[in-house]
Amino acid sequence: MGAELLIVILIVFMLVAAVIALEADDLLSSVIAMGAAGFALSVIDLLVAAPDLAITQVVVEVIMLVLLIRVVLKRRDTAAALSHDLLRTGISLLACGVVLAVVFFAFGGLAENGPAGVVPPFGEPVLAGGNATVEPGVSKDYLEQTVEGTGAVNSVTAVLLDFRAYDTLGEATVIFASVLGVYALLRQIGRRKEHLTL
Amino acid sequence: MKQQHGMTSIVKNTARLVSGFIAIFGVYVALTGHLGPGGGFAGGVIVSSAGALIVLAFGRRLATKVITDEVVHVADALGASLFLLIAVLGFLTGAFFASFIPVGDLGHLKSAGTIPLSNLAILVKVGAGLLGAFLALSAFRLAGKEPSS
Amino acid sequence: MGIAIYILTFALLLIGLYGVIAKRNVIKIILGVLIIDYAVNMLLVLIGYRRDGVAPIVSADEDVKKWAAASVDPLPQAMVLTSIVIGLGLAALMVAMAIRLYQKYGTFDMNEIRRLKG
Repeated sequence: MGAELLIVILIVFMLVAAVIALEADDLLSSVIAMGAAGFALSVIDLLVAAPDLAITQVVVEVIMLVLLIRVVLKRRDTAAALSHDLLRTGISLLACGVVLAVVFFAFGGLAENGPAGVVPPFGEPVLAGGNATVEPGVSKDYLEQTVEGTGAVNSVTAVLLDFRAYDTLGEATVIFASVLGVYALLRQIGRRKEHLTL
Repeated sequence: MKQQHGMTSIVKNTARLVSGFIAIFGVYVALTGHLGPGGGFAGGVIVSSAGALIVLAFGRRLATKVITDEVVHVADALGASLFLLIAVLGFLTGAFFASFIPVGDLGHLKSAGTIPLSNLAILVKVGAGLLGAFLALSAFRLAGKEPSS
Repeated sequence: MGIAIYILTFALLLIGLYGVIAKRNVIKIILGVLIIDYAVNMLLVLIGYRRDGVAPIVSADEDVKKWAAASVDPLPQAMVLTSIVIGLGLAALMVAMAIRLYQKYGTFDMNEIRRLKG
């Protein structure tokens, strides 16, 4: 129960940081609030027993902060001080309502017991055989065959690079495509200047 | 003393000392991915952050004399091709992506079949890719600040 | 307690959605997309959690069957690991677009850009 309470506190912290990030007038403050949310996510990863994710999240958060601060330094959000755009806020609330309704009905909204009857309770992973009423899925086989099937001790690496290596090839291609997109957008055509002004 | 590109000399000397350790740590995390937490993706982002430290501390012009653009692009493509090569070589033992190196003893560095090689390929690919994107983004300067030279 | 965690994660996703639709500044739109990314990653990792579970790494000389019955789910963690790095690539791409927009129009305000584009 202690770990779950801590997770709830950290998610509330992330919510507050996200609201500050979106409503702050100074763009530097909002980027720093995003950084705080990212570090809170890394601590949540540690509490949920996912050490690889915590390492990657911290380093990715630092690099993302450097990128965003570079663009944002000394700029203010001049639009926020002007009149509030009621139409777009209304449309966004409508979109949120639609998403909530879809999620509610997709998780068995009007069945008996509501969503609490269909969604597996927190702390019982269905695929790994944690739930008593549902058949265990593939994760149970992955966990049991990690040591003799692949020889790796880290089950997450074994899943990424042996059982599901095809998906990792796809993800490497997606990273490749996004980096190529950055190159294509920032190419300078014509006379090459030493430093371009932003 | 004339102010060169980049930051003050304290930052430059610290970056010189520390970035080598960060890069070695990144390679360690990637290569022992099958023995503990980490793996290719975590090691790749750590190596790219070491490169980003050098670019930030020395300024882009000095840093690209050591980490040239061509080296980063070639390393990026090499990493992706190496990963594909490991996948195709799996055909030697039957199927795409099958493990063609025998599974060794548990807990040693040379175990777990093709997983350490795949971790190395992913390390090169992710590290060089993210460093290249960082280099491309740092070619822009804020308007209003004259370049320090 | 369990359903409250899921509801709070969905609330984070809805905050990100609000940021994408209702904000006029390009940087705030980028932050909204990143918040949606964080919320989805967090939801996937939280689905695979086992109460009082251990990390999916076998210690030395441990009974594999007992560890496999007490470990958290490794499959969502593997998918989210690559998703975090893809989120960084996405952020780099969006920042590149924002830089190009600022170079061409001189402002980050979407209404100004729409007015100037015509």
